[in-house]
Amino acid sequence: MIVAAILAVLVTMILALIRAFMGPTEYDRMLAANSFGTKTVLLIALGGYALSWHSFLDVALLYAMVNFVGTIAVMRFFELSAAAEQNKQADTQEDTSL
Amino acid sequence: MIAIAVIRIRDLFAVIMLSGIYSLTTAALFMDLDAVDVAFTEAAVGAGVTTVLMLSSLYLTRRFEAKPKHGNVLPLMVVGITGAALIYAALDAPLFGDASAPVHQHVAPRYIQQSQAEVGMPNMVTAVLASYRGYDTFGETVVIFTAALAVMLLLGIQKGSEYRPPFNSVDDQIILKVVVKLLIPLILIYGLYVQFHGDFGAGGGFQAGVIFATGFVLYDLAFGQKQARTVISPAWLPRLAALGVLIYGGVGVVSILNGKAFLDYSALSQDPVHGQHLGILLVELGVGVTVFSVILLIFFAISGRKRKT
Amino acid sequence: MSILLDWASGFFFFIGGLLCITGGVGLLRLPDFFSRVHAAGVTETLATPLLLTGLMLQMDWSLDTFKVFMIMVLILATNPTATHAMAKAALIGGKRPLVANQKQESKKGDQTSKT
Repeated sequence: MIVAAILAVLVTMILALIRAFMGPTEYDRMLAANSFGTKTVLLIALGGYALSWHSFLDVALLYAMVNFVGTIAVMRFFELSAAAEQNKQADTQEDTSL
Repeated sequence: MIAIAVIRIRDLFAVIMLSGIYSLTTAALFMDLDAVDVAFTEAAVGAGVTTVLMLSSLYLTRRFEAKPKHGNVLPLMVVGITGAALIYAALDAPLFGDASAPVHQHVAPRYIQQSQAEVGMPNMVTAVLASYRGYDTFGETVVIFTAALAVMLLLGIQKGSEYRPPFNSVDDQIILKVVVKLLIPLILIYGLYVQFHGDFGAGGGFQAGVIFATGFVLYDLAFGQKQARTVISPAWLPRLAALGVLIYGGVGVVSILNGKAFLDYSALSQDPVHGQHLGILLVELGVGVTVFSVILLIFFAISGRKRKT
Repeated sequence: MSILLDWASGFFFFIGGLLCITGGVGLLRLPDFFSRVHAAGVTETLATPLLLTGLMLQMDWSLDTFKVFMIMVLILATNPTATHAMAKAALIGGKRPLVANQKQESKKGDQTSKT
């Protein structure tokens, strides 16, 4: 049964990877990367138990954290870029109006 | 395969996302080879910190890679020849897992068989890294310290009005702030666990430093730069980095004073095994402090700069 | 007792795996970003604890069980937050949800009239 679960996670990872490659917008890529990271945590936890790896749960725990931090960083990056764009547009508008 | 996609895409942002995925995959590969410590480091550094640092520097520069001016035949040839040479060399190397390989004949048996008796560490990697190869690890710590020095010289930490715009100008993410507030103590406790549990399981000073720095980077990302710099002042970070190197070097000096070789931890206590334990603990602490402060320093230095329009 | 545990964990694995694949298909097939956030966020948040609970039922009781529990708590806390933050960033960045009778999603929405 655990093998079936691992297979399901693997299939989902591949689907997420396809979305990350296609990704019409950056947000889609970000979402796919986040999903992929969560699935990696699952894969390590399940696969590590099935193959009896050594201290795999530490790595899985670390992944869960790192994945979150990375996602937040990317999100902040977008917010800042969007804000910078808006400021630039506002500046140019003021210039033309003056 | 992912690496090829990384090269193909000219949009630098997508490259960063995909390289994050790439390092996750690499770490899974390391796990499969039973190299837990390497996978641990790859996960923490490759997937986490590198992504954050590259993003903050990407924010400073333009988003799309410039089209190369020269043709791509010559670089392709160079890369091809190098690759062929590497493959040729790999043909000569012993088969994977071959017991008669030179690597397995020379020092590895001694590490494997006697590290329990001589160092008394359940985790062999930590024993080899911190005790047998103490000089190398000391060198690595100094290299990290030097990297911080170079970044400081090149960028410096901006002060005053040069702060990145506060996030409130964009929008307030209340849910994010609350969750981050709850999570950071967990991350720091986990960092301490990794720091002092390195003797028994995967982990050690390097990874713990990265995890600690990740916690503070998360705080910075959620609450803005000004608050993060109030929590931990950038002025103290270089001192902390130097302190870490000093702890490491100091352990070595103390063992000289006790009449043994540099970084021979057996000199630290009456019982050699206990001395080894103590030495490794202190050395890992030094490495952890250095790595933590250096990573945070680089993050502050890069993310604190103003964007050039 | 152990047969019971096996059945229970098998049940959890089955449901979790099914949800996992559902989320992946949704991530690939749904038409616009906000519905994809929905697919990825909701299913993952349910599928991950289910799979990890199944794993916990299989394991012997030790420190590792607690670690799996910690991973579960962490993902339960971070995953909804991350997807929420992403959706909000997308909204701020000027993407609008695809509503009915509106095939062309507006790239630059009216920035001031949100909430």
